[in-house]
Amino acid sequence: MENRIALQLLQELSVTGRRATCFPTEDIPTDDLSSLLPEEHRSSRKLKLPELAEGDIVRHYVSLSQRNMSVDTHFYPLGSCTMKYNPKRHERWAGLNGLINVHPYADGADIQGLLGILYEMQEMLAEISGLPSVSLHPAAGAQGEFAALLTASAYFADRGEDRKTVIFPASAHGTNPASASMAGYKCIQLKPSKTGLVNLEDLKQHLSNEVAVFMVTNPNTIGLFEFDIVEASRLVHEAGGLVYIDGANMNAILGKTRPGDFGGDMMHYNVHKTFTGPHGAGGPGAGPIAVRDFLADYLPGPVIVKENNAEGDTVYRLTNPPKSVGQLRSFLGNIGILLRGYFYIRTLGGPGLREVSEYAVLNANYLLALLKDVLDVPNGDRCMHEFVASASALKKQGITAMDIAKRLLDYGFHAPTVYFPLVIAEAMMMEPTETESKQTLDQFAATFKKIIAEDPEKVQNAPHSTPVCRPDEVKAARQPILTYCPCDVQLDLENKPATTEAVPSFI
Amino acid sequence: MSYLFATPDETQQMLQEIGVDKIDDLFEQIPESVRRTEELDILPALSEIELDRVLNQVSAEFARHGDRTCFQGGGAYDHFIPATVDEICSRGEFYTAYTPYQAEASQGTLQAFFEFQSLIAELTGLDVANASLYEGASALAEAIIMAIRCTNRAGKVIISGSVHPEYIQTVRTYLHRHPCEIVVVDTIDGITDWQQAAQQIDDNTAAVVVQHPNFFGCLEDVQSVVDQAHAAGALAIEVFDPVSLGVINRPGDYGIDIAVAEGQSLGIPLQFGGPYLGLMACREKFVRKMPGRLIGQTTDKAGRRAFVLNFQTREQHIRRDKATSNICTNQGLMALRASVYIAQLGPEGFAELGKQCCHKANYTVEKLTEAGLGTLAYPHPFFKEFVFQFKQPVTEILEKAKAAGFNLGPELNRFEFGTGAPENSLLIAVTEKRTREEIDRLVAALKS
Repeated sequence: MENRIALQLLQELSVTGRRATCFPTEDIPTDDLSSLLPEEHRSSRKLKLPELAEGDIVRHYVSLSQRNMSVDTHFYPLGSCTMKYNPKRHERWAGLNGLINVHPYADGADIQGLLGILYEMQEMLAEISGLPSVSLHPAAGAQGEFAALLTASAYFADRGEDRKTVIFPASAHGTNPASASMAGYKCIQLKPSKTGLVNLEDLKQHLSNEVAVFMVTNPNTIGLFEFDIVEASRLVHEAGGLVYIDGANMNAILGKTRPGDFGGDMMHYNVHKTFTGPHGAGGPGAGPIAVRDFLADYLPGPVIVKENNAEGDTVYRLTNPPKSVGQLRSFLGNIGILLRGYFYIRTLGGPGLREVSEYAVLNANYLLALLKDVLDVPNGDRCMHEFVASASALKKQGITAMDIAKRLLDYGFHAPTVYFPLVIAEAMMMEPTETESKQTLDQFAATFKKIIAEDPEKVQNAPHSTPVCRPDEVKAARQPILTYCPCDVQLDLENKPATTEAVPSFI
Repeated sequence: MSYLFATPDETQQMLQEIGVDKIDDLFEQIPESVRRTEELDILPALSEIELDRVLNQVSAEFARHGDRTCFQGGGAYDHFIPATVDEICSRGEFYTAYTPYQAEASQGTLQAFFEFQSLIAELTGLDVANASLYEGASALAEAIIMAIRCTNRAGKVIISGSVHPEYIQTVRTYLHRHPCEIVVVDTIDGITDWQQAAQQIDDNTAAVVVQHPNFFGCLEDVQSVVDQAHAAGALAIEVFDPVSLGVINRPGDYGIDIAVAEGQSLGIPLQFGGPYLGLMACREKFVRKMPGRLIGQTTDKAGRRAFVLNFQTREQHIRRDKATSNICTNQGLMALRASVYIAQLGPEGFAELGKQCCHKANYTVEKLTEAGLGTLAYPHPFFKEFVFQFKQPVTEILEKAKAAGFNLGPELNRFEFGTGAPENSLLIAVTEKRTREEIDRLVAALKS
């Protein structure tokens, strides 16, 4: 039943002379462009864009959409990615005319309602993190990390300290070292400990007056709460450094504990993970950051402040913190995504948020309990919102974590995160989230067991039901085709060997 | 409101399977000293009906701004959005999907991004484009970091003073901890002083940056930028306006090495500044140094055409502190919006779009001038945006405009410029959406 015609590339569907959009006939006297644009800048060629009827376009994209797995269509147990249900009411609210049509340079006096909502969002994010000062500005979690590291650096510079290094555990998200490096820091990776928690001894070894920031995800990427986080923070603070909490896993602890309570000085939120902004096949997200009071003056701007005017009325205003590290993008931030986060928090309230974490943790532990007989779970039989199993034992049958991941697709389940974190061999990282039912988890576990009992060859050659099977990534890297070309002529790139290392299917 | 499934019975069954008595037992990993018992002090929960009421009220209030006819620019524009864009991009299969790491489960997204790359490459006249960055300003910062990598020169970057001031500020923030000197070249009458730039370009210069049409709407001498940069072994970077490319030469036509843009004009609503879309394209020899995501075409086991994330070894999840950037979440859905938009317009649509913007902007200047309201601040050809210097104080102009149902601006004095903006000047943008009647009514209102 698959619509093969619609699966041609947009560019291949083009028929010269077809058109979809027509503009109104111009109602002003039209001079020839040659009198308005100098010849050296005027383009004389017709762009080689596809020429399509609207029907072509709609059928094409609807067909493409059907070649995707998504939260709306499938169970998506991707560890560390928090693929929870995206409430439909948020889309309607975010699409309200009064929100959609506001220009970023709108007069503040006209949009007090919107600024008020965003101010409330700042306040609620501060309360949820236990860190009082918030900037909504960063465009994504990774930009939030970068922004916070610059904030830290401005703080240290003000104190006349030049601290050059950032420490993180081996299981850290790749964005942590990448952000630290972009912010001009040297990166130090801690040795993994046997327990999957931060190696306190190794941390002590590396602490000195050179250390600016210790970056840690809590709960961590193994799905465990860093039990020694208070002690770790104390050690870092004693050495004059700051503690950064990567908020990727906030879904596990909403209302149960707060980064500000357990020692964090700074954190970022991933609004699309924790507060149900849809992932959008890779974004957009939003990466607001929260920091302690003494860092507030350095936050990236603008931020929203609440004041009283001469008449005593409440007024919201955009401003840059006095010693701000500056902007990391144009305008205020990813408002459309922040609003979805606001709607989520507003419809749940404090008790609702707490319940989210309780059921996220319940579901993860339940799935762990169902699978622990067939998969090794190196870090014990309790977890927070996610856990990492290892498929190493199945290697005897010639089956890898990736094979199982691919076979799961055949049964209508998205694959878990595989080969991350790197500290566990044949890692399969699962995060069911709170928005899945017991029935779904039961079916998933049953399917998992069924796959393990299947003919290994069938599993090794999976998936069998998807539009394509095991695309050749090495070829893609060695003979890159990155844009449509009618003759499929390959770009003449420097012929560097492609990697053969396992690529984590994640983040 | 709750999005949970479990009934009390099911909760009990699950707890039993796990082997604990109550959910709280699962939180014992959290040290007691930092476990919270009190509720979060946030606003109380509202039902859908209640929040609906609140938001409709607030939205009506926002409409004071949003219902006015928009002549605002400065990096975000009120262009027309065809219905197909909203319809296609609101399909859950797209907007609730994840980053396409499992290629088999994501061919729809991967193919759409591959097509996006192809469309942007064609629009820019460059060889390759990535699958999107956050927005225009950070895209420029990433392009400059990329140029430093490509040239192995960390000494200096030359940026035209007619580049969007928020972009320059963003570049400064991104490069703050790097030893790279940022030289902002003065403008003369709204155009970059390229003679001054020429004196600055040396053999430690990584890149020369020009915006075209520039922040003031004027066309720049891009060709001379490219020639000067290349003569010194530096890369030439252009900040372009995608809407202009149906009528104005593409970055690649001038010989630009890396082109970046704000893609908001391509089917993305204004929504107070974001989410927007960062576009980036470059010449093929720099592609492995490019930040962000790239989709490649390949074949699968059965020889079928397939799409995958390509060159992932440049990215943060493999190369960690050696990655080409820290970008993880990008703007996938916004890239999809841009693709649908471009497909909907086609080559004829793009040509018409550019023509109408240019005509209507020029007509507006003509009418404002005829009415004796002031003069075009900078005597250069422009595309869809221009700086107009009014005889009356800007505050009066803005008030009159508002009262008559129009938003204008931004005011130039809100930005910090090296050479200073002319007094009482506003940046005004005129898109294809504006009609003769609206323009005439605006002019009449300002004249009154």
